[in-house]
Amino acid sequence: MSSAVTAANEHDHDHHGPAKGLKRWLYATNHKDIGTMYLVFSGLMFFTGGFMALIIRSELFTPGLQFVAPNFFNQMTTMHALIMVFGAVMPAFVGLANWMIPMMIGAPDMALPRMNNWSFWILPVAFSMLLATLFMPGGAPAGGWTMYPPLVLQTGDAFPFLIFSVHLMGLSSIMGAINVIVTIINMRTPDMTLLKMPMFVWTWLITAYLLIAVMPVLAGAVTMLLTDQFFGTSFFLAAGGGDPVMFQHIFWFFGHPEVYIMILPAFGVVSEIIPTFARKPLFGHDSMVYAASSIAFLSFIVWAHHMFTVGMPLTGQLFFMFATMLIAVPTGVKVFNWTATMWKGAMTFETPMLFSLAFLFLFTIGGFSGLMLAVVSSDIQYHDSYFVVAHFHYVLVPGSIFAIMAAVYYWLPKWTGHMYNEKLGQVHFWLSTIFVNVTFFPMHFLGLAGMPRRIPDYSTQFTDFNSIASIGAIGFGLSQLLFVYVVIQCVRKQGAKASSEVWEHPKGLEWTVPSPAPYHTFNDPPKVAAEVAFS
Amino acid sequence: MIRRTCLSVAGLIVAGSAKADWALNMPRGVTELSVQTYDLHMQVFYWCVAIGAVVFGAMIWSLIRHRKSLGAEPAKFSHSMAAEVIWTTIPIIILLLMAIPAAETLVKLEDGRKPDMTVVVTGYQWRWHYAYQGEDVAFYSSLARTSADARRKNSGIDPFTVENYLLDVDRRLVVPKGAKVRILLTSNDVLHAWWVPDLAVKKDAIPGFINETFFRAEQSGVYRGQCAELCGMDHGYMPIVVEVLEQDEYQAWLDGQKSAEAKVATAK
Repeated sequence: MSSAVTAANEHDHDHHGPAKGLKRWLYATNHKDIGTMYLVFSGLMFFTGGFMALIIRSELFTPGLQFVAPNFFNQMTTMHALIMVFGAVMPAFVGLANWMIPMMIGAPDMALPRMNNWSFWILPVAFSMLLATLFMPGGAPAGGWTMYPPLVLQTGDAFPFLIFSVHLMGLSSIMGAINVIVTIINMRTPDMTLLKMPMFVWTWLITAYLLIAVMPVLAGAVTMLLTDQFFGTSFFLAAGGGDPVMFQHIFWFFGHPEVYIMILPAFGVVSEIIPTFARKPLFGHDSMVYAASSIAFLSFIVWAHHMFTVGMPLTGQLFFMFATMLIAVPTGVKVFNWTATMWKGAMTFETPMLFSLAFLFLFTIGGFSGLMLAVVSSDIQYHDSYFVVAHFHYVLVPGSIFAIMAAVYYWLPKWTGHMYNEKLGQVHFWLSTIFVNVTFFPMHFLGLAGMPRRIPDYSTQFTDFNSIASIGAIGFGLSQLLFVYVVIQCVRKQGAKASSEVWEHPKGLEWTVPSPAPYHTFNDPPKVAAEVAFS
Repeated sequence: MIRRTCLSVAGLIVAGSAKADWALNMPRGVTELSVQTYDLHMQVFYWCVAIGAVVFGAMIWSLIRHRKSLGAEPAKFSHSMAAEVIWTTIPIIILLLMAIPAAETLVKLEDGRKPDMTVVVTGYQWRWHYAYQGEDVAFYSSLARTSADARRKNSGIDPFTVENYLLDVDRRLVVPKGAKVRILLTSNDVLHAWWVPDLAVKKDAIPGFINETFFRAEQSGVYRGQCAELCGMDHGYMPIVVEVLEQDEYQAWLDGQKSAEAKVATAK
């Protein structure tokens, strides 16, 4: 992924080549460098969080406690979620945005390059702090990534560090989002009207607004936790007149849009890739934009479906049920449009397409279980069980993460100037797809049969599916090492040289610049020719 | 470790043959509402299967037929108002068909009027406390000794040899068959949730607040569940066991509890 390093050497004639050594990265203002750093960071976090997942799955392989104590198990589930959500998925999409948005809209760089630098460099600090809590008295946070009080207030010395690191992650996201919005609104090449923008740019624009809307809400919620703990307030403590459930309302007002923050850019990626490999324009570009916008709007009025068991008035439950079911409509439109894009195309199945297809099928399965979860009376049975774990892993792993991998395979030749090893890429795809299902599909059964989530040990009737899931998880984890190998091989230029188009006549401005993309692209705004326009 | 692995592989084989252990689906349960919930769950599930058959069918058809290696020429179309209207309208109709029974069941689920008896359930880290309102009977219910011993790390006790491992308690909540039992839930420390799948009951226990739910068990028997809201270190070790007895058996049990309480009181 650090293609720009080598790219730079070949372009010494460039007036503003990159600085040498550490300075290049520490003082980075180039969107490609920063994008690379985001992606590398995300990869590190993916493996850190994945390692924790493997600790969880090892312990759950068979009943009884074999490896870890219950409290450490809870630390692992909590940290796994925080790291994957804030450290792996979100930064990966920001990395892709940094690399691709300027190149897709014909801009020379992001609008606010110095802030861009800052929003990246906050992340390693935040996550070092979060990971350091593992070694503090009382251990890492163990109250779940949702940080529900009063339990989270029982966290040991890690507590203020948890809050501060969440603040920093939020700060980074907000700055990243501001940058995306300002770039897209102000720096498009003059020809590119809003509705001519590629879907990846569109979905990121919507995502950025969601981030700006909800990250401060999260910051507010955790700040109230902080003052409850240290400054004698009682926002969430009943003894002082507060209400623990209020935290859940505030948290999920952030948390539900957050779900779409992690999936909308994935929609964008898939909407880029499927047309390329179907050799056919995206079906219903404009309705895709409207669907994504509707999803974003609806995401603000469904938060309480995460808390149907807290005891809400009937009318409240009915409202949140209906609103949640409504999300199926725009999401359905997107799935149908992708299908219509493939329909009567001329498809080939390179790795990015394979990952996008797996996304299409498996994300839809996650959508189905989402629809089931919307129905309150059944949700009361599903709530906080492994059915929920299965659901959100289906939308996050073969959903978001497969889309990220698809994006990496799709644009890697553009970044490095070389093709990745197609055969190994496909092996990686098949291993990932098989193991992801072996891991997460049995969890549906476990949840329906009555296994609660977040438990380190379970009754013996849950053994079989847990063992299967654990085997799948180990397989999935090991398969990802192949991904790293393929990427490194490509970055080290061990593949065939890539043309500027890389694929067969893909649409979009990013394919009009050479591969690897020069350190500076589009110093002069390009014309959007008919054959690259989307609408 | 190797021994454990062998054990669980053996467990896989044994369980594969013992059909009761291979639970794939939600239990139908033993209350009118649990059966309705199950039916609703299956109804929505079948809708999903039907939609999935159509959508995945179209995708797979396309994947098979519209590939370049078969010499397919890409079509040029990229819009169709008619198609978009159709696939916006049909999902809305399906959702309406789903929403109506869903709302009906929910209304029943929230109708806690006219209970026959009330038990106040309080969550503690990490056990439950049951107080029978107006009956002077109250007790804690903790993880059974056998499970508590076996669950320790390196306990040397194989969980497969423990009956109802992690789903057994020292004192069960006993209720009469056919009675509408109101459960008032609260907590002494952090959030807990009281979940018994067969009774289709799951409700959060919140410190400082009282939550209400109810069930009416139509069959006598023993029903097991667990705390469903993360409540700290031993969240996985605070099971719930509800024993449903015939009315007369229940009365005998209740009288027995009262005289035992009285004995303790006089001894003091």
